Amino acid sequence: MAGVEKKIWISRDFLKCTGCRRCEIACTLHHENRIWPEASRIRVFMLVPGVEIPHLCVQCTDYPCVESCPFNALSVDERTSAVLVDREKCTGCGSCIEACPGRIPHIHPRDGYALICDLCGGEPKCVEACVNAGYYALRVVREGPSVSHNLFARRPEDLTRDVAENLYGEKAEELI
Amino acid sequence: MVGGYAGKFLDIDLSEEKIRKVSFPEDVLRQYIGGRGLGARILWDRLGSRWEEVDPLGPENLFLALTGPLTGYFHGARICITGKSPQNNGIIGSTVSGEFPIELKCAGWDGVIVSGKAEEPVYILIDDDRVEIRDAKHLWGKDAKTTLKTLTKEVKEELDSRHSRYGILKEPSMIYIGPAGENLVRAAAVEQKWSHAAGYGGYGAVMGSKNLKAIVAKGTGPLPQVANIEELKKLISEYEKIAFSRDRIRRWGTGYTSYEVGSQRSSEPVRNWQEEWHDEKAIGGDRFDLRYWVKRYWGDYGCAVTCMKLAVVKAGPYKGAITDNPDYELQAYLGPNLGIFDAGSIIYLSSLMEDLGYSGINGGNILAFAAELYQRGILTKEDLDGLELRWGDVEAFAELARRIATRDGTYFDILAEGTYRAALKISELKGVDVLPYAVQVKGVEVGAHGIRSGKDYTRDICYACSVQGGDHTSTVRDAYSDMAMVFADSAVYCAVIRWGGNLNGLDWRFLRAVTGWDITEEEWNRELGHRIIHIQRAAELLGGPDVRWKPPRDDDNPPRFYEPLPSGPYKGSAPTRSEIAKRRREYYDAIGWDENGIPRSDVLKRLGLPDVDKALEKIR
Repeated sequence: MAGVEKKIWISRDFLKCTGCRRCEIACTLHHENRIWPEASRIRVFMLVPGVEIPHLCVQCTDYPCVESCPFNALSVDERTSAVLVDREKCTGCGSCIEACPGRIPHIHPRDGYALICDLCGGEPKCVEACVNAGYYALRVVREGPSVSHNLFARRPEDLTRDVAENLYGEKAEELI
Repeated sequence: MVGGYAGKFLDIDLSEEKIRKVSFPEDVLRQYIGGRGLGARILWDRLGSRWEEVDPLGPENLFLALTGPLTGYFHGARICITGKSPQNNGIIGSTVSGEFPIELKCAGWDGVIVSGKAEEPVYILIDDDRVEIRDAKHLWGKDAKTTLKTLTKEVKEELDSRHSRYGILKEPSMIYIGPAGENLVRAAAVEQKWSHAAGYGGYGAVMGSKNLKAIVAKGTGPLPQVANIEELKKLISEYEKIAFSRDRIRRWGTGYTSYEVGSQRSSEPVRNWQEEWHDEKAIGGDRFDLRYWVKRYWGDYGCAVTCMKLAVVKAGPYKGAITDNPDYELQAYLGPNLGIFDAGSIIYLSSLMEDLGYSGINGGNILAFAAELYQRGILTKEDLDGLELRWGDVEAFAELARRIATRDGTYFDILAEGTYRAALKISELKGVDVLPYAVQVKGVEVGAHGIRSGKDYTRDICYACSVQGGDHTSTVRDAYSDMAMVFADSAVYCAVIRWGGNLNGLDWRFLRAVTGWDITEEEWNRELGHRIIHIQRAAELLGGPDVRWKPPRDDDNPPRFYEPLPSGPYKGSAPTRSEIAKRRREYYDAIGWDENGIPRSDVLKRLGLPDVDKALEKIR
């Protein structure tokens, strides 16, 4: 159907994240056929208990990671807007990690290539796990790219500081 | 290696500063699984021959933190903490939720066995294969939140720089103790995150006795391979369907039950169990929910139930207090049991107990025991350094908890020994028998579910004959009623889901998909589970060096549970001693214990436990 937005984005609501990490389980069962928290393309950071931060690619409108790759291993999936990693070309050099304002990409602990959310080709398993449980910390939205999405590419400790204050008020300062 | 197991355990001697790797043969794992079961076996093998001489708080005791094969696969990750218990001098399996067991398994370890005692405070750092004993002097004396914050930060920074080629790693996870554990308080908890505690057993004190502040783990590997991954995926979906259909436990957790258990079931501790009924809507779940819950669904790794809720006090005198719901047990024990009927106050006291690393259930019981002695004029203001322990006085109870956790003063030091031991000592000092006010079973303070009304799941001998004493999670009715919990504590997963109804064998199918073993519920109930119970029982009966239990006398309810309920719809209700004696005999017969509660020789031989049989000869 013409005019229907195919490009998706995973919206994230940190205040609704329960910390159940079923998104990590779903991600790695899909991509690795086993449960592997540090090989998950979505990782829930918990620097302070209660402040659970699902950390995954935001598909920046300018894709600094793709730009930065010296080996042309990264490309953009025009259909979904996901960043795709060519495992053959990727050397695990870490340029994409440095280029990402949130240091979101990380290197597969065994296979040595960059792990970046590929949106599961358009039907992300992590979202399915979250929505099935009724939490809606993750949702698929189809409203097209926005520079506001870029703003979520922040480091876990910076996101933690904001969410902690939201949850814990003045006390947050003592807890971080 | 069998599916679900990393295949090796850490064996750390803190006295010798030696770190070794140990493995167990498959037949041992198949029989004892992990957690509580395997822990009992390890303890018996290593300490059984001299059990009575082993001081639970001495360097010869072991501290065990064990996962099980289902940890990380069956929803709701837990770790089982065990050792020779400083509460009942036997073996108690005490589980606690959180991500530590996941990190441990992903680092390639099924568990940690700690012996000896470090010369100075230390923590253990497990970074995949790299394991170190490290200085923790800067953490000693620190409360829970400070300990967690400091260690998370310093270890994460170091691991990130050590593994910088991976990008940033998720934070490490840990089990740790607060001041109560350091000061060998017998109801000290082993904690994870916030408000997550292994309270029963007193293993926080065992960590403290070893100068062990924390065990921190980071694993970059996967969870171990399983026997049948496709079947496991199906079972996960099946489990989730069941979990998602249980709205009440998901939406409210046990956070709404304090009003219900008190007003409807008459089985909630009120002022040290002097009553079990109240009709106080001021501690209804809505009062916690609407004002304090900032997250209404909060869970640990893999949990599809998320029965926990994150509670924060944002205004008033208790501003800054943070805890979970709190769950029913802490609502009851730090609320009505102290004469407190206010949600914010209960959150404050829960938060404080957690900061102190002091079990909210066992410690809450002790606080109320002291208050009843004050009410009766047995403990005085002078005994308590000027503290007036009036029911409902939140600040007085907070001060009492702090003083006990630091053993700061003669009577506080005595109360730190737990309800049973404190009762003996105070009886001696005051010349009054105070055991009638001690609501405990064989050294373990009972959970917040009474037996007198007969309207709760807890009945007659459920604590009296349990090898876990007052533990409300693993109670007995007959020889098979606690087998499901022995399994959950041994395969090590969160059993909250069981409370909503039958799982129709789902847990056994998980075991098969993960390990490949064809263990049936029947085999477990008739053989494997009973072995674990008998080993726990043997250890409990041998006891020592400071206490020794004498069944059938000690397989009994606290005296209070024979006093007729004084109020509420079940006023006058209480079991009779002859009724309990009959139920106890029936239980002994069914489980295979003789008239003195000692496991029978023929039963032990049939189950392949000749070593246990031999050790019991001396008390037969």
